[in-house]
Amino acid sequence: MTLAIKNLRVEFPSRRGTLTALDGVSLSIARGEVLGVVGESGAGKSLTGLSIIGLLEPPGRIASGEIWLEGKRIDRLPPEEMRRVRGRRIGVVFQDPLTSLNPLYTIGQQLEETILTHLPLGKSAARERALSLLREVGIPAPEARYDNYPHQFSGGMRQRVVIALAIAAEPVLLIADEPTTALDVSIQAQIIELLKRLAREHGTAVMLITHDMGVIAETSQRVAVMYAGRIVEVGPVREVIKAPLHPYTAGLMGSIPKVAIEKKRLVQIDGAMPRLNAIPPGCAFNPRCPKRFARCLEERPDLISVARATTSGARATACWLHAAP
Amino acid sequence: MPLLSLRAVSRDFDVSRPLLDRVIDGEPRRMLRAVDGVDLEVNAGETLALVGESGSGKSTVARLIVGLYAPTSGSVAFSGRRMQMIFQDPYASLNPRWRVRDIVAEPMRILQTRKDVAELLQQVGLSPEDAERYPHEFSGGQRQRISIARALAGEPDLLVCDEPTSALDVSVQAQILNLMTELQRRLGLTYVFISHNLAVVSQVADRVGVMYLGRIVEISPAAELFSRPRHPYTRMLLDAVPDLELSGRPRTPVAGEVPNPLSPPPGCAFNPRCPHANERCRSEKPQLYKNVACHAVEEGRI
Repeated sequence: MTLAIKNLRVEFPSRRGTLTALDGVSLSIARGEVLGVVGESGAGKSLTGLSIIGLLEPPGRIASGEIWLEGKRIDRLPPEEMRRVRGRRIGVVFQDPLTSLNPLYTIGQQLEETILTHLPLGKSAARERALSLLREVGIPAPEARYDNYPHQFSGGMRQRVVIALAIAAEPVLLIADEPTTALDVSIQAQIIELLKRLAREHGTAVMLITHDMGVIAETSQRVAVMYAGRIVEVGPVREVIKAPLHPYTAGLMGSIPKVAIEKKRLVQIDGAMPRLNAIPPGCAFNPRCPKRFARCLEERPDLISVARATTSGARATACWLHAAP
Repeated sequence: MPLLSLRAVSRDFDVSRPLLDRVIDGEPRRMLRAVDGVDLEVNAGETLALVGESGSGKSTVARLIVGLYAPTSGSVAFSGRRMQMIFQDPYASLNPRWRVRDIVAEPMRILQTRKDVAELLQQVGLSPEDAERYPHEFSGGQRQRISIARALAGEPDLLVCDEPTSALDVSVQAQILNLMTELQRRLGLTYVFISHNLAVVSQVADRVGVMYLGRIVEISPAAELFSRPRHPYTRMLLDAVPDLELSGRPRTPVAGEVPNPLSPPPGCAFNPRCPHANERCRSEKPQLYKNVACHAVEEGRI
C-alpha cells in the first residue's frame, strides 16, 4: 500500500468544547490506484487531505490514528522532516491554480526551484526536466511559455502547470483537492485525462478529493463517500454508483442531475448535513434517512464489510441495515 | 406575442487602459464584444436555458434582459409586467444586517405589491418564524430559498436565474431545482435559466440556447438538443459531461480552449477547435439557419 490511514481522528478544541471533525477515518491507496473521496461541503474530505500532508490549520490536531506512507509512519514526523516528505514524496494540487502559483516568478523559475529543492540535479538538468514536465502535462510549445508568468496562462493551462509542479519530484502519492472545480467542463475533461495518465504511467497513487461524483466516475477505481466526518461507504466505483449500499450514497446519486431527454423530478434528501457542533447521537445521517430504525438513533455504526457475489473488490458501509442480524 | 424578445442585441465593454497610459503609449481604445447579435424569444410559461462556458456571454445576456446593462445595439422587448432576478451567490445577494422579513418585503415596498411574507416563506419551504432571523443563521440552500421568496414578492411574470444552484451542494441543488419546477407549475412562471451545467439544464429547460464567445450557436427544444445535438460545439460540450451511467458510450476527446474574446478568430469563433472547419469557416461568420449557426451543418457536411 502506498498510503494507509488507520482510525484517524481530528479534533478542533474550542471554548465551547472539542469538535470532532474527522472520526475514525480509515482508507488505503495502492500504487497506481486512483481513490476518489466524495462528499458535500463540511464532510471532512479536504481535512483528510490536509492531515496527510501535515498542514492542519491550528488549533486543529490529529487526536489519534496513524498515517503510513510506503510502510513509514508520517503523522508524527518533526516539521522539518515532514516538509521534505511534502513535495518530494507527496504532491498536492489544490482547486484554485492561481493561489498555488507565485505571481512574481515565471513558471520556469518556479519549476526549477521545486526541482532543485527535491532532486540532486544541476541547473541545466533542472531546466531540461522542467521542460519535459511541461511537455508531459500538455503545455504546447513549452520553450516559448517557459519565461511566462502565471497570469499569462489560461485557467486550464495554469492547472496543468500546478500539476507539473506537484509531480516534479516524482512523488509516490498525489493529493488532488477539487482540481477541476474551478474549470469549464471542456477543460475539466482534459485535466481528468491527464490525472488518469499520470497514475497509469508513473504508478503514482492518487487521492482525488471532489464533490463531483461524475469526475470520480471518470477517473477512480475505488470511491470513499464521506458524511459528517466519517466514511459511510467505500468500494469499487462502478458498484457504488450502480448499487449504493448506504442510504446517503443512494440519495446523493439520485440527486445528481444527469443529461436526459426528458425532465424529471430529482431524488431529494431533505434537510442538510449537520454542523460539527450538532452531530446527532447514533448515525449522523439518521435525521435525513428514509430507512432509519431504532438502532440508528442510539448506536453509531462503524464500517461493516459487505460481501457480495458480484463484488470485484472489498465493499463496506457504515449502516446498520447491513449489519449481521 | 412572446413574453420577451431580444433583437440583434450586442453589448460592448470598454476594457482600455487608463487614458494617460494610452496617450503616452499611443494606444487606441480597446472594446470587448461580450454579446454579439443575439436574437432570442421567450414564451410565457416556458423555461429557456442558456448554457455556455466562462466568457460565452450568458450572464451578460441575463443582465441585458433585466436592464442591469443597456444594449450597445439591438433591442430588448418585454410584454409582461415585472421581472425579477435570482443570483448565483446566496451569501452576497442578501443584506446581512436585515431580517428575512425585511429582505422578502423589500420588493413589495418598491413595487407596491401586496403579499404575505409568512405565506411566501412557506411557499419556498421555510417556516413563518424564519422571518425574524438574519441571513447568517441559514445554510446556502435556505438562503437561496429566501432569494426566491424575495423574487416572488414582486409578483414577477419572468424570473431570470443566473446560475442559481452553482454554489450549492448537489443534494441541496436537487431541492432547489425541484422547488423551482413546482413553483413554475403552481404560479405559471416563466424562467430564463443561465447555467454552465448541461445536466442541470436538461432537468429544467423546455428550450436551450448554447452560447459560444458572445453568440448563440444553437437553439432548440431541449429534447431535440440533447438527443440530436447538431453544432460541433454542442456535441463537444455533451461529450465532455462526465459519464455517470458508466455506459462506456464512445466520445471524442475534447481539445483546445475558448479563445481570448479580445481577439476572437475571424469567421466562426469555434473554427480553431472544430474538426469540421474549412476555408469558409475561417473567413465567414455563420448565421443561425434552422436553429444552428454552422456552415458545415448548413451545407450538410455533418
